[in-house]
Amino acid sequence: MSNVPTELKYAASHEWIRDEGDGIYTVGITEHAQELLGDMVFVDLPEVGDNVSAGDDVAVAESVKAASDIYAPIAGEIVAVNEELEDSPELVNSDPYGDGWLFKIKADDETEVGGLLDAEGYAASIEED
Amino acid sequence: MAQRTPLYQHHLDAGAKMVDFHGWDMPLNYGSQIEEHHAVRQNVGMFDVSHMTIVDVTGPEAKAYLRRLLANDVAKLQMPGKALYTAMLNETGGVIDDLIVYFFNEESYRLVVNSATRDKDLAWMEAQSGEFDVAITERTEFAMLAVQGPQAPATVAKLLTSEQQAEVAAMKPFVGLQMDDLFIATTGYTGEAGYEIIIPADVVGRIWNQLIELGVKPCGLGARDTLRLEAGMNLYGQDMDESVSPLSSNMAWSVAFEPADRDFIGRSALEAEKAAGTHKLVGLVMQEKGVLRAGLKVVVEGGEGVITSGTFSPTLGYSIALARVPQPAGETAEVEMRKKMVTVKVVKPSFVRNGKAVVTL
Repeated sequence: MSNVPTELKYAASHEWIRDEGDGIYTVGITEHAQELLGDMVFVDLPEVGDNVSAGDDVAVAESVKAASDIYAPIAGEIVAVNEELEDSPELVNSDPYGDGWLFKIKADDETEVGGLLDAEGYAASIEED
Repeated sequence: MAQRTPLYQHHLDAGAKMVDFHGWDMPLNYGSQIEEHHAVRQNVGMFDVSHMTIVDVTGPEAKAYLRRLLANDVAKLQMPGKALYTAMLNETGGVIDDLIVYFFNEESYRLVVNSATRDKDLAWMEAQSGEFDVAITERTEFAMLAVQGPQAPATVAKLLTSEQQAEVAAMKPFVGLQMDDLFIATTGYTGEAGYEIIIPADVVGRIWNQLIELGVKPCGLGARDTLRLEAGMNLYGQDMDESVSPLSSNMAWSVAFEPADRDFIGRSALEAEKAAGTHKLVGLVMQEKGVLRAGLKVVVEGGEGVITSGTFSPTLGYSIALARVPQPAGETAEVEMRKKMVTVKVVKPSFVRNGKAVVTL
C-alpha cells in the first residue's frame, strides 16, 4: 500500500501539491505514480516564468518503462523547478514527497486547490486502479 | 492462475515486484532495476530463469533430426558439453524460436527454449520428428539460475569442490558441464562473464540462499532486458518472430549454409531471401534527452523501418535501440520522438560488453 500523506492535496492524474504559503505550491508525483513508472531516467521540467493552466502538460517524467506527462494541478506561474533532478532523476523514486519535488507554482486562484482530492479521495481513486 | 517457479517465495522474501510474464509470475525488480543492472555490470547478480523450457532430444537419430530442425548445424559440436546458438525456422524462413543446444553425444542433446513459445515449440518439434527415431522429453523437474557479472566466477566457485572449481575455471564460452546436482554452463544474456545453471527444483532454494549470503544481488526482468539490449542480444517476440528471418534479425552468423547439402527447414526460403536482399537489424544511439522505444518509426537512407527494442542504457547514460531497417542503413537515422524528428546514430547492434562501452560515437 502506497504512502499518501494526509497534509497534501492530489490530482487524479497522480500529482501532489503542498501549500508553502503566500500562494505558492510545490508539485510532485505521488509514491504510487513513481511505483507505476519504475526507475526515473529523465525529468523534463517547465521553464521558470511559464504561465500554465490547470490540466496543461507541463513536464515529462521518463522512466525505464515509459514517458509520462505531468499536468499542472492548478493555474499559475512556475516560480521554481527542482534542478537537482537534472543529475539525479532517481530522487523522484527515492523521495517523491521530499527531494523528488518537480516545480513550484504561484497560484492564480487559490480556490482551485479546494477542487483537488484530499488524501482519502486519492487513496480511494488508486484503490480502484 | 499464473505459474510459479520453485523460487516464488524467495522472490517475495527479497521484496520483488511480481508481474505476469507470458503466464508466469516473475520478478520485475526488487526495488530498483537500475541498481540491479549496475550490480551485474560491476559485481554479480542472479536471475531466476526457471520459467525457461528445457527439452532433451535423445535417440539413434537425434543428430540427424536436429540437423534438419535447426538453422545452425549441430554437426559442428564435437566436444561433450559444447553448445551453440541457433534459430528454429518454419518453411518460409520465419523464426519460430531462438535457442541454445548442448551436445552430450550424437544420441543426446539438450535444448533450452523460450518459455513464451513453449507450447508451439514442443508441438513443432513433435510434428517434425516424424520419421526420425528420437525421443523429445521436457525436463520440468529442473529450475534454472543465471549468475552473471565480473564477480560471478569467483562467487560460484565457492559453491564447488576444489576439483570442480578447476574444471569450471577451464571451461570455454558456450560449454555446459554436469557437476553433481548442478549443470553449469558458460552462457548468459547480459554480455558479462557468468553462468546459467540448471538445478533440480528441490535444490534451487538452497543454492539461491547461499548465493544471497555470498552477496549476489537478485535481479528481475527489468534489468535482464536492459542488460541484454546493451549487449545487443535479441529478445524473441520483440526483435524477431515468425514473420521475419534470421537474416534480417542480426542472426545470419548463426545460420549454417555449409555444408550445402544439409537440408534444414527454411533453407530454400533463406537462400531466396539472401539473393533478393534483406532488411537489417541495426543499433541506434541517441545522446539527447529522451528514450527510444519499441514501435517508433525510423527513417534511414534505404527507407522506413521500425524500432524493435529501445531503452535507456544505464551503463552508457543515454538511449539505445535495435531497429529493423531497409538497406542501405547509412550512418544516421531520423526518429519521431514526441512530435519532433530527432537524428540518431546508426551503429552495430552491440553497445556494452564486459562492463565497457563498445559503441563508437
